[in-house]
Amino acid sequence: MAEWFMRVACVWLLCGSAQAATVLDDQQQKIQIAQPPQRIVSLLPSLTETVCALGACQRLVGVDRYSNWPASIARVPRVGGGIDPNIESIVALKPDLVLAAGSTRGADRLQALGLTVLRLEPRNHADAQRVLRTVGDALGVPASESERVWREIQAGVQAAVQSLSPQAKAQRVYFEVSSAPYGASESSFIGETLTRMGVANILPAAMGPFPQVNPEFVVRAQPDVIMAGDSSRISMAQRPGWASLKAMQAQRICVFKQAESDMLVRAGPRMAEGARLMAECLNRAAGGQR
Amino acid sequence: MKPLQHRAARWAWGLLLLGVAIVLLGTAAGSQGWQAWWLGPADEVSRQIVWDIRLPRSLGAWLGGALLGLAGAVAQGLFRNPLADPYLLGSASGASLGVGTYLSLFGGSAWAMSWWMGVGLTGAAFAGAVLAVLLTLLLARGVQQTLRLLLAGVVVGVVLGAVTSMVSLLQPQVLQAMQGFMLGSTAFVSWTACATLSCVLAVCVALAWAFARVLDALTLGESTAHSLGVPLRSARLVLVGVISLSTGAAVAHIGLVAFVGLAAPHLVRSLVRSTHAWRLLLAALMGGALLSLADVLARVLFAPQELPVGVLTAVLGGGYLLWRIYRDTRHRGGAGGLS
Repeated sequence: MAEWFMRVACVWLLCGSAQAATVLDDQQQKIQIAQPPQRIVSLLPSLTETVCALGACQRLVGVDRYSNWPASIARVPRVGGGIDPNIESIVALKPDLVLAAGSTRGADRLQALGLTVLRLEPRNHADAQRVLRTVGDALGVPASESERVWREIQAGVQAAVQSLSPQAKAQRVYFEVSSAPYGASESSFIGETLTRMGVANILPAAMGPFPQVNPEFVVRAQPDVIMAGDSSRISMAQRPGWASLKAMQAQRICVFKQAESDMLVRAGPRMAEGARLMAECLNRAAGGQR
Repeated sequence: MKPLQHRAARWAWGLLLLGVAIVLLGTAAGSQGWQAWWLGPADEVSRQIVWDIRLPRSLGAWLGGALLGLAGAVAQGLFRNPLADPYLLGSASGASLGVGTYLSLFGGSAWAMSWWMGVGLTGAAFAGAVLAVLLTLLLARGVQQTLRLLLAGVVVGVVLGAVTSMVSLLQPQVLQAMQGFMLGSTAFVSWTACATLSCVLAVCVALAWAFARVLDALTLGESTAHSLGVPLRSARLVLVGVISLSTGAAVAHIGLVAFVGLAAPHLVRSLVRSTHAWRLLLAALMGGALLSLADVLARVLFAPQELPVGVLTAVLGGGYLLWRIYRDTRHRGGAGGLS
């Protein structure tokens, strides 16, 4: 009898903890979630990846057109982009939870139509952890599970950091996110990973996360390694003075393909892979230096 | 005069019916196709799609188009320039700056508790548009001189555009959201927005109708209008108010939609000769019909994907104006063009 009672109490407690959840979104709004959502629409790639990392991929019924990982979501219906979501398609999917980026008209409209909208926009390492936990709570995933996923990510990042040779750590890096050129400073998500690796970033945090960079600034700073997206490949060589950059002359340049850039710029569960890519690049560049 | 008025009235009824027809057609167009319409009230989601999504956005497109058409016609009459469009007094760049500032200050941050959040993107855009026009008026030192007003409008437009670029440069994360706003889209129009837009439209049409005689007198030149005893100064002030209010409301709810405000008055002029009172009304009805038609097209052309309607009006409206310029110059053998 006592055993039976314990069992009922256990089930009741479990259901109770899984049933109602109140989570805080990025705008400090309290979002009530009555029961673990089973039909989720995600309008941001990093949030799609977070849902999947928490093992709830099969609950996604719609994703934005930029979500491309994991491969299993290829057949999930696309519902427009983050800034131009297709309201009608989303409503037709009858989602019980919509994950969206911070301040967009689409999110406002979906909320006004009576959908449960959770606005989260991870921009840095701390955000990524908080968002993982919040999404986990919203999905009814036990906190221990979200913590386990986070520990795994951290272990991956740590492994990437430890794979660096001492020479690789002694380098100074310029990371270009787009060919305008915009760079990633120390306060950006990418910059935080670089800082954890112990390498120096030529763009200080004071410049804001993604400052537009004067090409002259880079020439003067003389980075040891240049990391850039695919779009910068052509324009880089033509910038005035860049031919004299030691990194250019010694070909210590890593150009990331689009799929690799996705891992690097999304503050989500694939940050460990992003860190590994950067570590490989740094080791390669340091090897060439010797 | 009478037969002209009858003709104009007939056109007005025709355009109004056309508008109603397109708005109703709009309730059947969307990524979910006709299905939602047939299922009708029986299915809760279909009811929501038709009644809470398609109908307000179709109506919103019509109302926004009507506001832009009206503002365009008032601007062309007031500045006696066929190239004048609703965004002439800087309201477009003002609205963008409003949105950019709002996003960079409050976007995704913990400012939710402040009263600003209640104002929202729409309020920020409207405030930006109206402030830009006020700045233009300040620079032009009132409304007495049309040319000065035009120049001030251009200057304010360029300067505020540059400030917007600065804001987005310092805070690149707002860039995307701002771009979404600039594209112009009716996708997010709600019933509340429709109510606001119809109130603004009613006020603006009434004011424009009341002061249309001034625009008639202005076609004879400023000095003649003056000698006819027309209260130019107050009339100008009211009409500039009409332009900024209607453009601000439209921009705030449907973003930057190009060419409707420019093309609607031109179409009206090519269809029917009338006094300004009728011309303004017809331009509003024409603008409504044009934008709601473009909105339906934007929804069905690449269904289930959707085009932002602003992109479509830019392509179609631009094409139409080019064709008119080409046709007019060929007929007249000169660069007379659009007037």
